[in-house]
Amino acid sequence: MSATPPAGSASLKLARSNRQSDSRKRADRVGDLSLRLICTAAAVLAAIVLILIAKEVIEGAQPAFAKYGLSFITHEEWAPPLEVFGGKGLILGTLITSAMALAIGAPVAISIAIFLALLAPDGVRNVVSPLVEMLAAVPSVILGFWGLLILGPFLAGTVEPFLHEWLGFIPLFGTPQTTGASIFNAGLILTIMVIPIIASVSRDLFMAVPSDLQDGAAALGSTRWEVIRGVVLPTTLSGMLAACLLGLGRALGEAIAVSQVVGGGTESHISLFRNGGTMASLIALQFPSAISALHYASLYYLAALLLVIGVAANLAASYVGHRFGGAPAR
Amino acid sequence: MSIDDQTFDTQPQSTNGRAAAPSRVRIRATPLPGVIGEPAATASAAESHVHIAPETVFDAENVGIFYGAKQALIDVTMRIRRGQVTALIGPSGCGKTTFLRSLNRMNDPVPGFRIEGEILYHGHDIYGSNVDTVEVRRRIGMVFQKPNPFPKSIFDNIAWAPRNLGMRQGLHERVEKALRGAALWDEVKDRLKDSALGLSGGQQQRLCIARAIAIEPDVLLLDEPASALDPIATGAIEDLIHSLKGRFTIVIVTHNMQQAARVADRTAFFSLETRGEKPIGTLIEFDETEKIFGSPRDPRTRDYVTGRFG
Amino acid sequence: MRLGRRDPSQEFDPTQPLVATGNLRRRHFVSRAFQCLAVAAAVGAVAVLVIVVTAVVSHGASAINWDFITKGAPEGVGPDLVGTAIIVGIATLIAMPVGVLIALFLTEYAGRRSTRPVQLLLDVMNGMPSIIIAVFAYILIVEATKKESGLAGAFALSIIMVPLIARGTQEVLNLVPRPQREAADALGVARWRSVLTIILPAARAGIVTSTLLSVARAAGETAPLLLLSSLFKDETFQFNPLEPLPNVPVRIFQLSEEANPEGFTKAWGLSLILIVIILALGLGSRALLNRSKRKMS
Repeated sequence: MSATPPAGSASLKLARSNRQSDSRKRADRVGDLSLRLICTAAAVLAAIVLILIAKEVIEGAQPAFAKYGLSFITHEEWAPPLEVFGGKGLILGTLITSAMALAIGAPVAISIAIFLALLAPDGVRNVVSPLVEMLAAVPSVILGFWGLLILGPFLAGTVEPFLHEWLGFIPLFGTPQTTGASIFNAGLILTIMVIPIIASVSRDLFMAVPSDLQDGAAALGSTRWEVIRGVVLPTTLSGMLAACLLGLGRALGEAIAVSQVVGGGTESHISLFRNGGTMASLIALQFPSAISALHYASLYYLAALLLVIGVAANLAASYVGHRFGGAPAR
Repeated sequence: MSIDDQTFDTQPQSTNGRAAAPSRVRIRATPLPGVIGEPAATASAAESHVHIAPETVFDAENVGIFYGAKQALIDVTMRIRRGQVTALIGPSGCGKTTFLRSLNRMNDPVPGFRIEGEILYHGHDIYGSNVDTVEVRRRIGMVFQKPNPFPKSIFDNIAWAPRNLGMRQGLHERVEKALRGAALWDEVKDRLKDSALGLSGGQQQRLCIARAIAIEPDVLLLDEPASALDPIATGAIEDLIHSLKGRFTIVIVTHNMQQAARVADRTAFFSLETRGEKPIGTLIEFDETEKIFGSPRDPRTRDYVTGRFG
Repeated sequence: MRLGRRDPSQEFDPTQPLVATGNLRRRHFVSRAFQCLAVAAAVGAVAVLVIVVTAVVSHGASAINWDFITKGAPEGVGPDLVGTAIIVGIATLIAMPVGVLIALFLTEYAGRRSTRPVQLLLDVMNGMPSIIIAVFAYILIVEATKKESGLAGAFALSIIMVPLIARGTQEVLNLVPRPQREAADALGVARWRSVLTIILPAARAGIVTSTLLSVARAAGETAPLLLLSSLFKDETFQFNPLEPLPNVPVRIFQLSEEANPEGFTKAWGLSLILIVIILALGLGSRALLNRSKRKMS
């Protein structure tokens, strides 16, 4: 220890500041630990919630599963008063409406994405892109309401008779109903919901294709479409698949809009123009007023099935998007 | 500065003051028959086919290029001859690549692109009103600085454009011929179905050249084709250019003076010249390669080729 | 072997005028046809949006007046608006902290082994059908407490909102450059201090934006509230979240299921209000984003 006053006071200051930083350091360590703890807890909480969802839904389905086993999937009769429940009609309805939504929606959405990413000038893209995304922001209950009051009568009065007249030899296009509530209507509503999802993901994919790849194709004397078909589309195939899987997940799980326009039936018919039901829509319609424990359990059974295929579609989309997505390997 | 044929006199006698097909010291492509043509008129060639000596492929007259308000190139007048290799050299940013890309209308998508003056291709104005850009690019091919093979198989890379053009007969032979022409056949003949992305950089670039020659264009534009490659691959590309000359008219942009000296018949030196307040790229000198490197007329050329700047 | 199809390369004469030769005319036709299809598809999508919005506006505008917004049944839908505000408000209070914390976990604390699973978790949560979340919340809360409640609805909505907030926040957090973060560490500033005082404030705009967007989403979600907050006592103003609260989406749904034209008009009016709110939230968040981008540059 030096006898010189300046050095002495300096080392005193140092000692004091060291003490300060000691308690500060302790506070910092506690703070760091706490923050890490809370953040990790939040992530764990999310995981717990997901696991709980699966657990509760599957447990709720137990009584129905115990009674019917897998024959639930193959039997069509759904009669709550008689305590008879078979999910085949709902499963088929789900598959048909979702298939229709993808069959129409995917090509349309990809065309929109081609337009936005590869054909439209910047000004047009900046206006039309948000408009397409706005379509996704319309709440499903409003879309379903519109589908019921406006699309339905239009379909029943104009489109369905037209299709029945010209394509009626195909059993898909049977006799139209008067109400306009039908599987066909539900499929169209789902198409409207699915298109913005697939379109915006695909648009981002197309814009990420390196321009030198497209330049190379153009320099070989190819038309615009040939460049798109030969370079852009093949490069983004897996990404488009992931986008379609995301759209599929949306279509499978949509309960409200479908319930408003599908007619509330529980059987499956060949004709698209008859009413029917999907798993999600039936749960929404019958859950609030289920009349027996078995009724509830059967609805949970449907929910469990929906959970499985919905999560599967989402995981598939993530897997495909993660493994093969992004810009092509250069 | 405009250059006309009078200054290219390599033969002391010529029949009417215009040079006939020059004889060469080095062995190059087979000499072209001498044809006498009338001086090119700078008439609007929108519809009329101007009669040009058949050995001239490109005739650029007072070409200026703008991107919006900024002028990138000014006063370029040059004639590019058939079957030869013409090199465009000069420091970065003086418009060589811009000029090259405007020869096959690859600058069209760039926002604000505007061209003044005239570029005639076999007497036809490339920027004329009835011109089909796809047709332009079919006849005038381009290989880019960074190899850009499609994410397809080697075979499909080469076969893609011929298929589009309807050349479905003899596709295999066409692919083989293209790969041989690009000196790549022996290396890939056993793995044509493999992805092109698995090739090395030099191989990918030769693949891009093969892809370009598979449709048998008239002209090949090479934009610094070897600058992204190692020296051995670069040498392979240069040998390739030698072997392709004659079959195709080749215009190559290169930063590498030695490369220009090795492969080019004629060399054009571009540089920045201050016009008004801003420096703008322009053509300084265009002559036989030996003249440019051995006895350049313009001091700026001399400075560049002796390495004093650039 | 097609006769009359000559090999195009044989008749290629480069000195011919630069117009389409060979099969190019047909290829141009095909290219233009596909481009037309693409334009038509885009026009179609915008048309559908315009049609739907026009229908809502034209049918709903007549119902809107001051009484409609402020009074209870039978003249107005005020209780529904209040109920939605309460339920969505509670949901936001739950979802925003959880979402931000999860995003922080991903950007600050997740190792290589935990990043991918947590992101997958968020993706699955995001894609989970809302009807299933509704059923889950029903089992968890309604069956246990034997009654519906606004709180149960808020819980379900918060599950829907968390992945949206987490993803949006994560994107903004990732924009804070690594060197800045490491500089704070090097200066001896504790991680928690730099997060709270540097990183989160820098990401403020993005957090608010993604929260607003998730609110817009939650405001329109019907399925959870249908199961968890639909058996309200009556259509008067209610404020107790422990009871089922009247709310906008369920009201629209109920009105749409009744065959009552007056009810339909009310439903259109309510739809118009809902769309306007969602539009306002969307535009507001976009404006916020643009303003923060301008501040940063």
